[in-house]
Amino acid sequence: MNSVVLIMVSLLYLAFLFGVAYWAEKQSEKGKSLVTNPYIYALSLAVYCTAWTFFGSVGRAVTNGIEFLAVFVGPTIMMPLWWLVLRKIIRICKVQRITSIADFISSRYGKNATLGVLVTLICILGVLPYIAIQLKAISSSFLIVAHSSGDQNADNLFWGDLAFYIAVVLSVFTIIFGTRKIDSTERHEGMVTAIAAESIVKLAAFLATGIFVTYIVFDGFGDIFQRASLVPELRKTFVFNNDSDASGWVWHIFLSMTAIMFLPRQFQVAVVENVNEKHLNKAMWLFPLYLLLINIFVIPTALGGELLFTNNTVNPDNYVLAIPLKFNQKILTLFTYIGGFSAATSMIIVETIALSVMVSNNLVMPVVLKNKKIQDHFQGNLSGLVNNIRRTSIALILLLAYLYYKTIAEHYSLVSIGMVSFTAVAQFTPAIIGGIFWKTGNRKGALIGLIAGSIVWFYTLVLPSIVGAGFFPQSIIDHGLFGMEFLKPFSLFGLQGMDNISHGLFWSLLINVGCYLYFSMNSPVSSIEHNQAVIFVDIFQYSEQLEPSAIWRGTAYVRDIKILLSNFFGEKRSEKVLRLFAQKHGLNTKSDRADPKLVGYVEKLLAGVVGTASARIMISSVSKEEKISTEEVISILKSSQELLSANKSLRKKSVELEKATSELKDANEILKRTDKLKDDFLSTVAHEIRTPLTSIRALSEIVYDNPDMEPEEREHFLGTVVKESDRLGRLINQVLDLEKYESGKQKLDKEEVDIQDIIKDVIDTLHQQVKEKSIKLVFIPDRFAPRFEADRDKLMQVVVNLLSNAIKYCEPQKGEIIIATHYVEGCIYTSVQDNGSGIDKRFQRLIFDKFFQAEDQTIKKPKGSGLGLAISKKIIELHNGQIWVESEVGSGSKFTFMISVV
Amino acid sequence: MKELIKVLIVDDEPSILMSLEFLMKKEGYQVFIARDGSEAMDIIEKEVPSIILLDIMMPNVDGYEVCYHVKNSLRFEHIKVIFLSAKNKEIDMEKGYSVGADLYVTKPFSTRTLVAKVNALAINVVSGSAS
Repeated sequence: MNSVVLIMVSLLYLAFLFGVAYWAEKQSEKGKSLVTNPYIYALSLAVYCTAWTFFGSVGRAVTNGIEFLAVFVGPTIMMPLWWLVLRKIIRICKVQRITSIADFISSRYGKNATLGVLVTLICILGVLPYIAIQLKAISSSFLIVAHSSGDQNADNLFWGDLAFYIAVVLSVFTIIFGTRKIDSTERHEGMVTAIAAESIVKLAAFLATGIFVTYIVFDGFGDIFQRASLVPELRKTFVFNNDSDASGWVWHIFLSMTAIMFLPRQFQVAVVENVNEKHLNKAMWLFPLYLLLINIFVIPTALGGELLFTNNTVNPDNYVLAIPLKFNQKILTLFTYIGGFSAATSMIIVETIALSVMVSNNLVMPVVLKNKKIQDHFQGNLSGLVNNIRRTSIALILLLAYLYYKTIAEHYSLVSIGMVSFTAVAQFTPAIIGGIFWKTGNRKGALIGLIAGSIVWFYTLVLPSIVGAGFFPQSIIDHGLFGMEFLKPFSLFGLQGMDNISHGLFWSLLINVGCYLYFSMNSPVSSIEHNQAVIFVDIFQYSEQLEPSAIWRGTAYVRDIKILLSNFFGEKRSEKVLRLFAQKHGLNTKSDRADPKLVGYVEKLLAGVVGTASARIMISSVSKEEKISTEEVISILKSSQELLSANKSLRKKSVELEKATSELKDANEILKRTDKLKDDFLSTVAHEIRTPLTSIRALSEIVYDNPDMEPEEREHFLGTVVKESDRLGRLINQVLDLEKYESGKQKLDKEEVDIQDIIKDVIDTLHQQVKEKSIKLVFIPDRFAPRFEADRDKLMQVVVNLLSNAIKYCEPQKGEIIIATHYVEGCIYTSVQDNGSGIDKRFQRLIFDKFFQAEDQTIKKPKGSGLGLAISKKIIELHNGQIWVESEVGSGSKFTFMISVV
Repeated sequence: MKELIKVLIVDDEPSILMSLEFLMKKEGYQVFIARDGSEAMDIIEKEVPSIILLDIMMPNVDGYEVCYHVKNSLRFEHIKVIFLSAKNKEIDMEKGYSVGADLYVTKPFSTRTLVAKVNALAINVVSGSAS
């Protein structure tokens, strides 16, 4: 393939990345931030998969079998623990405005600048080779693809310098990407989105190649394994070969568990760029899934490569490209090349940005800030200085990586260099894990542990690689340093039987942890260290309540603080930030002296830009601090904690009180309502009693006063008196009845009854009335309805009530009433249907209320007491049944009651 | 004289209607009967009675409404309205007078007293029409 085309495609791809980043930042300005999407977060974590994964996994599978998987099993095992560990780290970083792993460790151990320097150096030393192999991967994949086209110019044009050009282009790109603005959170939304896009590209490319090899070149997984099993030396690819392989696996898994959290680029995307702790939930399953997908085709591709290129003509690291090339798949080759390119660039971009933040905040700025002259020189434009430092360090890091690649990396495979890097960052494990779970861990322990561990790391893993490149005599490896056998780098103190990485990891971590524990337990701590230790370990208690500055005591002037801040944020923004803070906390803005809260806040703001250690230096340069003893710190922390719990219980009490009040209110409301109901009931009863009483009295008086009345008239009057007296008596009985039902005193007198019998009896009783109004009455019994336990008299009362109501509402001559029983699924339904005036929907529920019709004057007043349906309802409910009405105005009503007989 | 005076009796209880009709006829008034508020309105429109014996709690249009209508119309405002109600609370009476009633009699009532009260109002009606 033409190298010019290849260069164009690579540049186009970079332009695409930049476009994605630019677009993401524009979206964010519009308020539609993309990084609030948990999928973007999970995908950005896949920056873990570098060119090493893309090309090296296949190579590693060929040489070391399934060992390559350890690097992916580790993170997968680690994922569930993230909720415990990473969430805590994220919270700490948010509260303390920590923007790099160096800053994290330095901040935890009393904002110690030395630790920051040390961690930064370890990171650079450890990660440089790792960046170098990415350059190597890009340039070698470029050459493979370019060569294949037979275009000999590729050699002449760039040979020897290709990687250098790549380094230059990438450093320019990274500078544009990562240092366009300076922010106290050090978040790069555009970069994260672009990295997520790269993760998709490399996965798609690797899957495409894998599918091509597995299903097009060969005939599926089965076919490849079948053929490979015929070649004896390929068997080693599927199995552990011996015990040391298995133990090596365990060590490699452990190594990658630490790497997934503490590699500078992982820390950058997982912690610093995290916008929402909840995103971890999604990442916890999505990221392992990603790893699974990108590894599915590794072994088939490795075996396929071995089967296709039998005489070692092709480096296994390049099988991914070589196979599509061999079959002359131009588009696929190009896609695979871009996939590898994206894997390498994503790593380089994030890693160098993370490193440049460390270099500026932990290496350079502390020196600058201690030097009055430099500070004066850059007065007012320190943020520009910070940015320039970062740009320079990005360029320098890539230059160094290039040099490393040219001098040393050529001799090693991708994976082994990656592992050495992993072991370097694994040195942070005791200081970080101890730091967030163990308050006793202190500066001295961390410092000595880190130094000792790194020296062992360097001696066992880096030195031999330099020896390999010819910088040191071979005798060190063969006979130990100064000829001392127990100092042989690959079998320290005579330990043998482990692979180099496991061996180096074992010794370096053992010594690191040992020193960390010993010196932590045997050395005193300063108050600021103790303060930070408490905040880190108990972050979930303090993160919302306690400003760490509560521990700070001293004198500083607002004017100085303001100048400090405007160095980085500009005058206007600083003014605004300070005013907002003062408003929020009710601080006196007129005062000359700065409130400790304000000082702490400004320190955190600065920490976001220049790191915690540098911020500390800057703050102490403008303030006179008082020393606070550890006891005081503890007592301050305690009192604020006590205040906190007192506050909590107070809040709890007031909530309880509120609840009780509202419950009381409700109860009162109910009481009032029942009281009113009772009142209404009584006055309605009184009214209902007065009505017949009025007739009785008036009619009796008339008869008494008019002895000369017509005899028929007198008879009629006296008859009415008797009828009204009956009505009065019935009413009183019903009121007493209802009272009994409502108070629960009414008991049922149960016996075996037959609903058909009851209905027949009722019809007999009311026969006369039906006849008088010439109503057509039909009874449809269900002969399957079983006998059941019930109070016969009470059920009869219900049916009488329903039937007499129906009769009342039917017009004479035209009336039709249907009584029916149905037995369905253990329930007996009894219905009484008439073709009378019907009941308005609004009242259908209310008619079962006592005196409903007496109270509501808008519908026709019944000729009954208004208690019949209320009593019927009570009776049916006592039988655990239900009663309801279906009706429409103008087309009659159907009353139904249902009683369960099972 | 009394034959010229029209009395309208409004109640939804047949037995009460029956007794009131008997009493008023015996006194010699010209008696009209309505079983609810809307029926009463029709008769008032048509006959313009001089005295109304008016129940309060009735379906459709209640006694208050009838009274209010009568007392707020130039044509009918001279009509004497006597509420006859089982509602015997002070608040009910107040409401009765506030819509313009001339008298409020609670049920049950003494027939003699009621007749006397009606007669007293009738004299006013007669003298009023005479002057």
